[in-house]
Parts: sequence; C-alpha cells; structure tokens
Amino acid sequence: MENNLLSVIIFAPLAGAAINWLAGRRVRDERFIATIACGSVAISTIVAFYLAFNSHGALRTEEPLLDHIWTWLRVGNFRADFALAMDRLSGTYALFVTFVGFLIHVFAVGYMRGEAGFYRFFAYLNLFMFAMLTLVLADNFVLMFVGWEGVGLCSYLLIGYYIDRKEAGDAAKKAFIVNRVGDWGFVLGIMLTFLLTGSVSFFANPAAGEATQTALSYFKSAPVEPFTLGALAAGGATSVAILLFIGAVGKSAQIPLYVWLPDAMAGPTPVSALIHAATMVTAGVYMIVRCSEIFVHAPMAMFIVAIIGAATALFAATIGIAQNDIKKVLAYSTISQLGYMFLACGVGAFVAAIFHVITHAFFKALLFLGSGSVINGMHHEQDMRRMGGLRKYMPITFATMITGWLAISGVPIFAGFFSKDEILWKTWSAAGLGSFSKVLWIVGAITALLTAIYMTRLMVMTFWGAERFRDTHSGHPEHEEKEQSHRPVEPHESPWVMTVPLIVLAVLSTVGGFIGVPYALANRDINVIEHTLEPVVAHVPSHEEGITAEAATGLHGSEAAAHSDVTAERLLTVVSVVIALLGIGAGWVLFQRRPLMQMPRLLENKYYVDEIYDAALIRPIETVSREGLWKIIDKGVIDGGLHSIGEAVTELGRLGRWLQAGFVRGYAAIILLGALILIGLFAYIGSTSVR
Amino acid sequence: MEPQLSWYLALSAVLFTIGVTGVIIKRNIIAMFMCIELMLNAVNLTFVAFASFFHDVTGQLFVFIVMTVAAAEAAVGLGIIIAIFRNRETLDVDEASILKL
Repeated sequence: MENNLLSVIIFAPLAGAAINWLAGRRVRDERFIATIACGSVAISTIVAFYLAFNSHGALRTEEPLLDHIWTWLRVGNFRADFALAMDRLSGTYALFVTFVGFLIHVFAVGYMRGEAGFYRFFAYLNLFMFAMLTLVLADNFVLMFVGWEGVGLCSYLLIGYYIDRKEAGDAAKKAFIVNRVGDWGFVLGIMLTFLLTGSVSFFANPAAGEATQTALSYFKSAPVEPFTLGALAAGGATSVAILLFIGAVGKSAQIPLYVWLPDAMAGPTPVSALIHAATMVTAGVYMIVRCSEIFVHAPMAMFIVAIIGAATALFAATIGIAQNDIKKVLAYSTISQLGYMFLACGVGAFVAAIFHVITHAFFKALLFLGSGSVINGMHHEQDMRRMGGLRKYMPITFATMITGWLAISGVPIFAGFFSKDEILWKTWSAAGLGSFSKVLWIVGAITALLTAIYMTRLMVMTFWGAERFRDTHSGHPEHEEKEQSHRPVEPHESPWVMTVPLIVLAVLSTVGGFIGVPYALANRDINVIEHTLEPVVAHVPSHEEGITAEAATGLHGSEAAAHSDVTAERLLTVVSVVIALLGIGAGWVLFQRRPLMQMPRLLENKYYVDEIYDAALIRPIETVSREGLWKIIDKGVIDGGLHSIGEAVTELGRLGRWLQAGFVRGYAAIILLGALILIGLFAYIGSTSVR
Repeated sequence: MEPQLSWYLALSAVLFTIGVTGVIIKRNIIAMFMCIELMLNAVNLTFVAFASFFHDVTGQLFVFIVMTVAAAEAAVGLGIIIAIFRNRETLDVDEASILKL
C-alpha cells in the first residue's frame, strides 16, 4: 500500500531542524524555537498515530505501508531507494519514538531555558528525530544505514553540546569513534547480504516495479545453518548475522563496545533521555528484530547474541551499583537493560525484546528526565552524595521517579515487570539451548536483583535521608572551586513544562505494561503486543518451536504441555517478584542507614575497563602512530620522498643553469645551434628519402 | 652571362651567415640589431629570387610581410635599446644579463 503521508513523519522534524538552524539563530526567541521544535515533532507524532491506527493502519493490516520517495541508487541490479515502509514493527517503533521524543522535547524546553545554544540544541534534537525515524522507517538496509549514521552524528553533536567543556568534546569523540567500530561490521553485513541475496530491501515494493525477491525473503527459504563456530566465517546467514550484530553492539552499547555510553552523559540530560536511553541505543535491537529472519537461520549467531546480552546485563548492573553520579547510574542501568533486550533476541524472543524496548523507553526516559529535574533543581549538581532528602523539595519529581523505580525494578503491575518477566520466561523456556538457557536465566535473575538494588540506592541517596546539599565537602577539593559559586544550594521543584512530561511518562511507566500481559497471568488472551508483532518477526525453526508459542498464546497444541508451561511461568513470575522485592528491601536496608557507604573500589572504577582499553588499545595505537606512522611513514617516507624529489629537481636545475647565463649572444648561439641541427636533420632525411 | 638562381642563393647565404655571425660575435646592441636586419633581408633576397625564377608572386608577397614585421620589430627593438641605454648608459649586451633593468 502506498501512502505519501509517511514522508511527513520524517520530514517534519527535518524542516523543524532547518528552520531552527537558519531562522532560530537570528530570532533567538526561545518561545519561537521551542514552538518550532516541539510542533514539528508533534506533527510527526500525530501522523504516526494516524497511520498506525486508522482503518487501514499499519498496525491493523498485514501489508506494510510503503512510500517510495525517490529512486536513490541504482547500479546494475543493485537498487536502494529513498523509500519508507511502516509495518507492524517499524510502526510500533515510530509510535514510541515520536511520542517519547515529543515529551522529551517539551521537557527540554524547560531544562535548557536560558542556554546560549538554545536554537542549536533544538536544531540538533530535531535532526536526531529525523535520523531516528529514517532509521526506523527505512525500507532497505542502505537507507537504514543513513539513519543509523545520522543518529550517530546527532549523538556526537549533542554529547558535545557544551562546547566549552573538554570532557564533553572527548566523550563525543569517544562515542563517535567507538560507534565506527560497530558500523564497520554493519556495512560489511549489508554488503554480504547483497552478495548473497542480490537485494538490500526489506519489503517487496510493487510500485517500484521490482521483483519480489527481497533480502529477507531470500533467507526465509534458506536452510538453517549448523550450530558450529565454523559457520561464523562461512559467508552465509551466520556471517551476515554476526556482522550485523557487531553493528548493533556498537550502537546499543554492549560488551565490548559499551564504553562510550557512560561518557555520553556529558551531554544535556534530555539528550541522555532521548538518545542514550529511549531511542537511539535501542536501534541495535530494532535492527536485529528487523533481520530476525536472518538470525533464526544462524543459531550460532543467536547464541553469541544471547551470551553477549546476558554478560552485558550482569556486568553493567554491577558497575551501576557503585556509581555516585546520578546519570552514570542510569547510564549503566541502560546498558544493563539493553543487555536484557539482546538476551531476548538471542533466545528468539523478538517480541519480548521489542516489548522491553517500549517499556524501557517509558521508564528510562522518565528516570532520566526525573534526574534532569533533580539536576536542574539542584543547580546542576549531579553527585548523589550531595543530595538526599529531596522528596520534600521536589514532590512531583519524587512521585514520578517512584513509578520509574518500581517499573525498572520489576514490581508487579508496573511496566518493567511484564516485559522483564517475559524475557526471563522466554530465556528459561528457550528451545534449542538445553540447560544453558537456565544459566542465562540465572544471570538475568541476578541482574534483576542488582537492578532493584542500585535503583533503590539511587532513590534513597537522592530523595531520602539527610539533606547533604548544604554541607561543604572537604573530601573533594577538585570540586571546591566550582561549588563556591553555587552555594548555598536551595533545591526547588521544576516548572510545569518539565513536570508534565514526567507525569505522562509516569502514567505510561505504570500502565504501559498492560499491552503485553502474558496468558499465564491474565488467564485470558490479552497480549496485544504479541498479537501485533508476532506476524512480522521470524520464529526459531525447530521441532520444539510449538512450546514457546503455545505457552504465550495458549491457543494451539497439546493442552497438557501448555498447562505445565503456564504453571512454570507463574512460578517463575513469583520468583522474579520475590527477587525484585528482595532487591528493593536489601537496597533500602543498606542505603537508608548508610547512604554514603563505600562501594567496592573495583566496581566504582568500572572494572578499570577504560584504563585497560587505554593501555591495550589506545596507547599502542598512539605509540605506533607516533613512532611508526608519523616518524617513519610520514616524516621518513612521505616527507622524505617529497623532499628528495624536490632536491633532485633543484640539482637538475643547477645543471641546466649554465644554459641561462643571461647573455643574449649565448642565447643567439643556442638558437643557431638548434637551427643547424634541424637543417641537418632535414637534409639527412631528404637525402635518404630521395635515394 | 645571365645571372643564375644559384648566384642569388649564394649571395643570400653569404649575407645570412654574416648576419648570424654578427649577432653572435657583436657586443654592441645596435650592431646586433643591424645584423638581424641583414638576416631578414638575406631571406628576402631568397624569396624574390625564387619568385622571379618560378614566375610566382607569392614569394614577393612574403617579402612584404617580412618587411612589415621588420619595421614593427625595429620600432620595438629600438625602444628597448633606448630603455636599456637610459638605465645602463651602455650598449653592451653582456651588461644586460639579469632579468631586470
């Protein structure tokens, strides 16, 4: 189905960015800039909702909405169009991206008030929305990659928004460079896909008059590759999958490329909420689910995805427990939650992954915006050791953060409970992994416990306990000078532009999970998200396939198996609720009494991963660059080569200089000599030809 | 005895050689200039000799062109000579050996 409204979704924010960049910098009126920025995203949101839910909406039909804007690249049988497609998956994504994006835009109007770069910030933010929606709605790999790089660029620009701070610039560069490592894999994955399938499109587009063979439909008919390490290098589906996954690892901050995300918190808090929690970092999950057809044919790649996801979830959660910067805690929490999503992808629970992406977008955006509200109220103080007792001063922020806290910890009825539980259950019951799925489940459960603990620590340190913000902190001399200007700090509640988005997100974090209530809990089939997305994701093709599907929908298959699964799922749900409450309780008891408790130094220093990377990668690269590339290649080979060419020319000139003595008669003689030679030549040729 | 074509050509060659030799050995700029004129006129002589011998006026036309060019060259050349003389107060070409006045 062709629908030209789709392009409005992506081009409205682009227009907003252009207006703010070109006109906003001259107008410099915050109301004008804010209206343009929020208005353009609001248009996207409305159009996205209309297209998703009208009577032929993308979420209601099987066929995707297509919008072929122009034919972009066409070389031989390679074809990449600037074309958009909204099916159930990209529609779902577009909905929460636009909606959460809109709320964060509104919040940012309050947060960024009085900043000199107000227009610049909103121009970038709108540009980000354009890039993100292009990524999501692209109907082929190449256009998706354009959006992929676009969000990376905007991420770079926004992390480095505070151009007068060195750490912001460094963090921006780090994010950009680390992402390049992942993009390398993504690009190779796209190339290999084209090599294998002869197409880079996701959907068959009848309007463009092309054959119906698409990149994904090729893999659908391909056989499942063997579960061996050799398959990774075999150049088939497994190779494609693992290359694409490398791209996802970079963008979605998984081990080993997660290091950029914590540093990215140097950007303004709304940026952290929008880009580094709710939308951009989940692009990797989106890409994998979009390519689920490839992944289900590559069991080895799936296995690696699951392991990386589980490892990241646990690893980041342990670091998060020891951080003192409120945004750093949330950053590591984001990495950990992204690990959950990859774990879900790895065990074939693509719908659960998307479900968690959505609920995570709600509650993590809420938590980030809440922390932004706290930081704003504390006059740009981010260290939780200097907070405490804020619930009295910021009641709305406090109340909304409570819902976010309960949601991420997995307390029942809050959004995170359903999605996290779904992932854990799907991990437990994953087909084809055998007892290893139980190991993954245990890792996930421990992560859930740690999540509850560090979030409780964050809440307790921020909102409960003694009011530490009036103390002078002799222990931190490096901050002392900065503090002088801020003291005395008197926290205050944020204005309504900031609290209203918080309230909306708090409501969503509370009820958002009800779109995915599993059969086992409701005893009725009301899992909306599963019904919506099930048709567009691939299933792990195995003889045990029936089990997971039945347990979730309870529609087909043998009643007995379904029944035992329902019992198991309920049991596990109880277990995870107990884990969540245990974590909250432990965190409460520990940190209520000693909010400033010294955490293990290993965790506080993030396992020294940055230092290890520095020593293992950055230093050697710098050394090789300086000693080898600069001193030998650049100065020796390149400069040396150029200089010797120059010297050779000089020497040649010195030889030829005697011809140019400057004496007119000498020149005359040379001319004569030349003439004589010519005449002689002619005479010689003439005499030979006559003869 | 009828004058032969070869006589004219021989005379022309002699004149041309004198001109060339003059240009190379003379240091006085005006003498050099006159030698150049001598070369041009030696060529002119060849042209008219051939024109007469072949009964073709094209050679004579070339002579006019050469004379026109020679006139223009004389004007420019004498201008340069005067400029050099004003600056250096000498007519020795070997003195004018750098690319500026």
